[in-house]
Amino acid sequence: MEDLFVLVLRTFDAMLRVATPLIFCAMAGLFSERSGIVDIGLEGKMLAGAFAAGAIAAVTGNAWAALLVAVMVSMSLALVHGFASITHRGDQVISGVAINLSVAGLTVVLGNAWFRQGGQTPTLGAEARFMPITLPGVETIGAIPIFGTIYAESISGHSLLVYLALAAVPLTAWVVYKTRFGLRLRAVGENPAAVDTAGISVTWLRYRAVMICGALCGFAGTFLAIGQNASFVRDMSAGQGYIALAALIFGKWRPWTAFGACLIFGLLDAVAIRLQGVELPFIGEVPVQLIQALPYILTVVLLAGFIGRAVAPKAIGVPYVKER
Amino acid sequence: MSAPHRELPTWVDIGVTPIVNIFLALIAAGVVVLIVGENPIEAVQVLVRGAIGYDEGIGYTLYYTTNFIFTGLAVAVAFHCGLFNIGGEGQAYIGGLGLALMALAFDSILPALLVIPLTIVGAAAAGAAWAAVPAYLQAYRGSHIVITTIMFNFIAAALMVYLLVNVMGQPGNMSPETRPFADGVSLPFMHEFLGLFGIDITRTPLNLSIVWALLCCVFVYFFIWRTRWGYAVRTVGSNEPAAVYGGIDPKKTIFMAMCISGALAGFVGVNVILGEQHRLLLNFAAGYGFTGIAVALMGRNHPFGIVLASLLFGMLYQGGAEIAFEIPTITREMVTVLQGLVILFSGALAYMSRPWVEAVYFALTPSKQQAA
Repeated sequence: MEDLFVLVLRTFDAMLRVATPLIFCAMAGLFSERSGIVDIGLEGKMLAGAFAAGAIAAVTGNAWAALLVAVMVSMSLALVHGFASITHRGDQVISGVAINLSVAGLTVVLGNAWFRQGGQTPTLGAEARFMPITLPGVETIGAIPIFGTIYAESISGHSLLVYLALAAVPLTAWVVYKTRFGLRLRAVGENPAAVDTAGISVTWLRYRAVMICGALCGFAGTFLAIGQNASFVRDMSAGQGYIALAALIFGKWRPWTAFGACLIFGLLDAVAIRLQGVELPFIGEVPVQLIQALPYILTVVLLAGFIGRAVAPKAIGVPYVKER
Repeated sequence: MSAPHRELPTWVDIGVTPIVNIFLALIAAGVVVLIVGENPIEAVQVLVRGAIGYDEGIGYTLYYTTNFIFTGLAVAVAFHCGLFNIGGEGQAYIGGLGLALMALAFDSILPALLVIPLTIVGAAAAGAAWAAVPAYLQAYRGSHIVITTIMFNFIAAALMVYLLVNVMGQPGNMSPETRPFADGVSLPFMHEFLGLFGIDITRTPLNLSIVWALLCCVFVYFFIWRTRWGYAVRTVGSNEPAAVYGGIDPKKTIFMAMCISGALAGFVGVNVILGEQHRLLLNFAAGYGFTGIAVALMGRNHPFGIVLASLLFGMLYQGGAEIAFEIPTITREMVTVLQGLVILFSGALAYMSRPWVEAVYFALTPSKQQAA
């Protein structure tokens, strides 16, 4: 029983780590998509952020400088997306695909030219990374049975960025639902013409939304490169941007439900690693690939309307043309 | 005085604007080459020499071209129906699976000449089936096809790893791949085929699939512009309410267009698996689906344009390998960068250059009112 408890805690611990980039990206996508801008490019922005963080941390040895530059790089990509889809009213999906492909190539080309390690950035020491931090009171609280163990094993001992991701959810919920900006953001994703009639600039509102989206993707990338790992590795985002997009849709474009979806998808991943080669009673060995594909399958099933209905913001993907 | 509204002539619209856009993408790529400290002019020279400078290079260029024609046509057919098929990647992959299943099932019982058409049908059917689910969900349940096809790419990748590692792989073989098909269950290589007529060319993976690809271009042209089904596809793509008013069922049309799109993507398997590898292996279609998007955008969704764009990307693929070999600071991924930039400039920013083109054109040709 004791072992099982620790196993559950360890899995929970792994889930939080896996879910962190998903949470950042899902919140990022929420801002963008709630304003009516489809964002397929979460993956690319996160990967660019990861590369920037890995490269800057390697050169300066400063994790905070790395975070700053990662956020800036990711935001500038978001601005490219905004420029194409807001200013030039281009196809938002095509723009996202373009960003993903360019970044996938560019990070390897630049990484190889600058560091000559086959597209990888140099391995970092602890001082240049966001290392696990021990929360206050672990020793005293940890002594308490059950609750203390949960606190010490699962909640404490993560990178600062994990806690930032957890904080990003209530913050997003507050901004989107409780502020004037949030109200306008939701309005512009549903009916931009009404927002325009009220004398609010649709363009500026949407630009702000994609910039917030870029910043959050930068955090996700930073966590990948210098929180979870000790360097940037080519293609290290490995489809997590798409999983985050799936989580956002699975969460019906709402912060808390999207957060829940991120946790479920993170849990699936954590469980998949544990279940490798394990025989389950009655079921037998579950293929790891099936568990890995589950987030995608679940999202398709949800989109098909078989478990609830995911209704996208009404004006999503439609460029706004101001009447003359 | 406000300038009178003037339309650009068609040849400028379909001839000049795309070239300006590609030129912008090339300039951006050139800047990247400058950033890594190499000479863009030299890079272009190496690229062109590697792609078309010698026999073997040309063979490889045309081999890649074949793949891009298939995925480019796939994206284009969906585009004509107003759908963005981002799932060419998964459909090509599963197409290869369908082909291999046919080949492995029948190569010991039927003569090779009968198995080959069966495998091609298998590739088309499997590709179409993989596109059919998102198509059905889009048409009848309103799920967004962009999202579902992305999801299906990942599901395809997971499925193929599972099948090749656990089910179809050979025991004792470390690399996850099936057994080779029986002798003769393959499309002849071009060097073998032309050898029959006494024409001697270098050994390359180029095979008869390229003829099939060109036939598909002709088929797509006739289908889209010369049949009632193509008319339905175009009508649904440009104006769905009008299509309904005209008695066209958009749901059936969407389903049909996506199935054809998936089948075309599935033919990548014909080139790679039946033409070159003669066995099913992991990741054989990697990247071709996404390149298809760039190809279709560049080729303006017309088969002729797609052939030209595929040739260009074939050259980039093969020449890119040559650059990576001769200029070690530039890796192969430079081609991916260029693809992304082409998609950005000729897709998402397609209208950015238009005012400039208009300004230049109108400056060069004085309007009739002024001339009179």
